[in-house]
Amino acid sequence: MTTTEVLVIGAGPAGIAAAAAAAENGCAVIVLDDNVAAGGQIWREATVGEAASAHRGHGRKWRALERLRRSGAQVLGGRCVFSAEASGTVQTSHETSSGTLVEQFHFEQLILATGARERFLPFPGWTLPGVFGAGGLQALVKGGFPVGGKRVVVAGTGPLLLAVAAHLAQDSAVVSSVVEQASLGQLARFAASLWEHPAKLAQGVLYRAMLWKTSYRIGCWVVEAIAGSNGHNLSAVRVTDGTRVWTEPCDLLASGYHLVPNTEIAALLGCKFRGTFVQVDKAQRTSLPNVFCAGEPTGIAGLEAAMVQGEIAGLACAGISTTLLQKRVAAERAFGESMEKAFALRKELRSVPRPDTIVCRCEDVTFGSLHGYTGWTDVKLQTRCGMGPCQGRICGPVVEFLLGWSPVSIRQPLFPVPLQAFCFQDESVEIATTNEPIEEKA
Amino acid sequence: MFELLSVKINGATSRVARGTTVAAAMLLADRPSRISVTGEPRGALCGMGVCFECRAVVNGIPHRRTCQILCEQDMTIEASR
Repeated sequence: MTTTEVLVIGAGPAGIAAAAAAAENGCAVIVLDDNVAAGGQIWREATVGEAASAHRGHGRKWRALERLRRSGAQVLGGRCVFSAEASGTVQTSHETSSGTLVEQFHFEQLILATGARERFLPFPGWTLPGVFGAGGLQALVKGGFPVGGKRVVVAGTGPLLLAVAAHLAQDSAVVSSVVEQASLGQLARFAASLWEHPAKLAQGVLYRAMLWKTSYRIGCWVVEAIAGSNGHNLSAVRVTDGTRVWTEPCDLLASGYHLVPNTEIAALLGCKFRGTFVQVDKAQRTSLPNVFCAGEPTGIAGLEAAMVQGEIAGLACAGISTTLLQKRVAAERAFGESMEKAFALRKELRSVPRPDTIVCRCEDVTFGSLHGYTGWTDVKLQTRCGMGPCQGRICGPVVEFLLGWSPVSIRQPLFPVPLQAFCFQDESVEIATTNEPIEEKA
Repeated sequence: MFELLSVKINGATSRVARGTTVAAAMLLADRPSRISVTGEPRGALCGMGVCFECRAVVNGIPHRRTCQILCEQDMTIEASR
């Protein structure tokens, strides 16, 4: 068991700010992240070739990572949190070349900076290889999947679409269109509200300028992904504006419908919620006195909100007043709320899946097979919807949008782990999952 | 320019740049990561370790999320079935 004063879960912008602020003010800090490297999704580094070093040495990302490094906080990557207790223990699994390392961390104060994931909505053909999340495709490109010369349609909703499309275009993809479901009216009001956030407005304008060859289809959405001749790859998408349907040929589709907060750990701990978000006070403290939460799980509001909330949570853990920083949170939260209005999902998206369209990708449960059930418990028992390895992280938000069912309960393990992980409560152990012997740990 | 690594995907050798994730290597080789319970080929979706669509057998260990793992020299990768 490893003991620390402050344990931070998530090394994205919120977690980095929180860890650095707490460590700079004298706390012993450990940061855990599921990803190999710190930075979260928004600051994910390219890991391949020249691009891997191109943007180092400047910018906000570099400054934040450098500050974290100097702060003395210890960052442990590849740690997947599968259980947590507010009494002060977190358990993680860490995949090694010989098996799964299960570790225990004991904390005095916990900061949840677990970020957000993409919301996916189903349409016929969305399980075809070649269909990705929007941020998903960008992450895979950073992981070494080249898109040069490939025809890409970017679709869904939210500010991420333009950012993804611009980055794909920079990587020499032929981004034929960006398909945004929000109406022109909604987007115009959102753009107007951005005058209070000039840096965000400038970023949007820059992205649009980088996409001068790309059609930006507002008030449109994808209704089908069409397979090529072998049946196993993407050849085109069908797009509609609500009255007309047309076909756009493409090799790849990047489709994401804004963000869903990662609140599983907060829910397991028993933190109070405000709707779908974790409830926090002005110091980012949750309903549990030793648990703080910062960034997207407290309300989707983007990078600036995450950074300032993380800073507040870290300082609060160190017992330092954060009154001055709290004003900035309010401004960023207002931005988050205008974003939520602008990219609210249109009801027509509920009629896109057909009865044979898969809703739960882990268990191949179709939309049609959910009819006749009244809620999650029934449907889990009878159809296995939400019972696969992703534990409903993908189909949960889908079902919530299509049928209005909220998640009912959450239990450990939050991620699949070998059964032996539960046999060791106070020690860290390595569990062999191969036939090869495990070396003694020093 | 790039350092190349050799990996085996479903028994066939692939050469990928150092730093390539296993999920990206499977996409490059045009191979699905897994075959779903009804027999559909699937590949990475979320790219960030949440959806489990990219899970495959890596060095004999099943259910590895390949988007979260970098390729290593002589790694063996097989689609999950």
